[in-house]
Amino acid sequence: MIRKFYYGDYGESKHGAADISTTNQNKHEWPLWEVFIRSKQGLDHKHAGSLHAADAAMAIENARDVYTRRQEGVSIWVVESKHIHASNPDEAGSFYDPASDKVYRHPTFYDLPDELQYM
Amino acid sequence: MQWESSEARFQEKIDQEIKIEPKDWMPEKYRQTLIRQISQHAHSECVGMLPEANWITRAPSLRRKAILIAKVQDEAGHGLYLYSAAETLGISRDEMYDQLHSGKAKYSSIFNYPTLTWADMGAIGWLVDGAAIMNQVPLCRTSYGPYARAMVRICKEESFHQRQGFELLLHLSKGNEAQRRMCQDAINRWWWPSIMMFGPTDDASPNTQQSMKWKIKRFTNDELRQKFIDVCAEQVKFLGMTLPDPDLKWNEERGHYDFGTINWEEFWQVIGGNGPCNQQRLDTRKKAWEEGAWVREAAAAYAEKKKARTPVQQIA
Repeated sequence: MIRKFYYGDYGESKHGAADISTTNQNKHEWPLWEVFIRSKQGLDHKHAGSLHAADAAMAIENARDVYTRRQEGVSIWVVESKHIHASNPDEAGSFYDPASDKVYRHPTFYDLPDELQYM
Repeated sequence: MQWESSEARFQEKIDQEIKIEPKDWMPEKYRQTLIRQISQHAHSECVGMLPEANWITRAPSLRRKAILIAKVQDEAGHGLYLYSAAETLGISRDEMYDQLHSGKAKYSSIFNYPTLTWADMGAIGWLVDGAAIMNQVPLCRTSYGPYARAMVRICKEESFHQRQGFELLLHLSKGNEAQRRMCQDAINRWWWPSIMMFGPTDDASPNTQQSMKWKIKRFTNDELRQKFIDVCAEQVKFLGMTLPDPDLKWNEERGHYDFGTINWEEFWQVIGGNGPCNQQRLDTRKKAWEEGAWVREAAAAYAEKKKARTPVQQIA
């Protein structure tokens, strides 16, 4: 049995460890949405976090209340989390390998005289 | 063999200060520790709304009422950031609510104390949020990415919580005799529970070691508690009030304030469900959850119906 006492972790109940299962028995839960926020005109939308909502309109309203209470955004995107596809971190090594030996893609690779201007 | 190398690679990343992200390999115990810590932190934010919500309708001015509403709304937001951070580890929102409502999961013992006077709103802001900030700032660098990002957001917003509380007390401390008494009384009642918020002493926290190694935690309970006490012992002078500890004394040699013995029996009683308001807090939470069920169901049904109808409208 693990006993831990960290901030935000207040130990076990008398009945032993909390039974935290990782099975999803969330039949009645509203779907999960990922929230992207543009902080000001001219900038990209950036991932801010996620939230639950019944539909897209509610997700946008909730995102406003949860993620922009201090004017952090001028535009919000929401997308249901199940529609996000991601690369596999376990394969990151080989996946990004093709770029790792191509330093000549960077301007600093080229050896030019210091006197050369405007380049 | 495979497992051992994964574990070693994981620790290597931690040592190099590379954040762990949701889909990365992690030891099961790391995952469970985080789920528990983050969800209990989230529960604390949620239950933490209750003692303050108690005073919204009785705030002494429109200014104070607007501030208090904004603060309570922030707590709700903080709970939501943290719940979604915990969800990235594979637990569902409903499971976490179940654990809270069934009494399986714990939340900060501090919220099981009653808010008896308006001055408590100040004492909570100054001391309770102050202690929370002391704990939360190092959590911005915790090793799990989504938790760290949630904490950055929370810390940015938390500062106003503490400042409004101190300002409130400052006003009372300059008020009439009754207001000054109310101010001192609130400090007296919230001081000890606040320093208990840092958790048991280090020698009674057997897993601090593992959590430090995984960089979930960066300072021990006692280190943070001492820091908090040192800060408050100075701040209280601005109020012309005192902290209710006769043993509180500057120790030149240690460079810290010495302080009296904490009543850990009380701490364990409150954690164990026997605090003054444990039952009331949980009942309020459960009532809100149960009475909101029809809203959740109606919204889900409406979304379903709309989804079913959309193609027809497009054809038309």
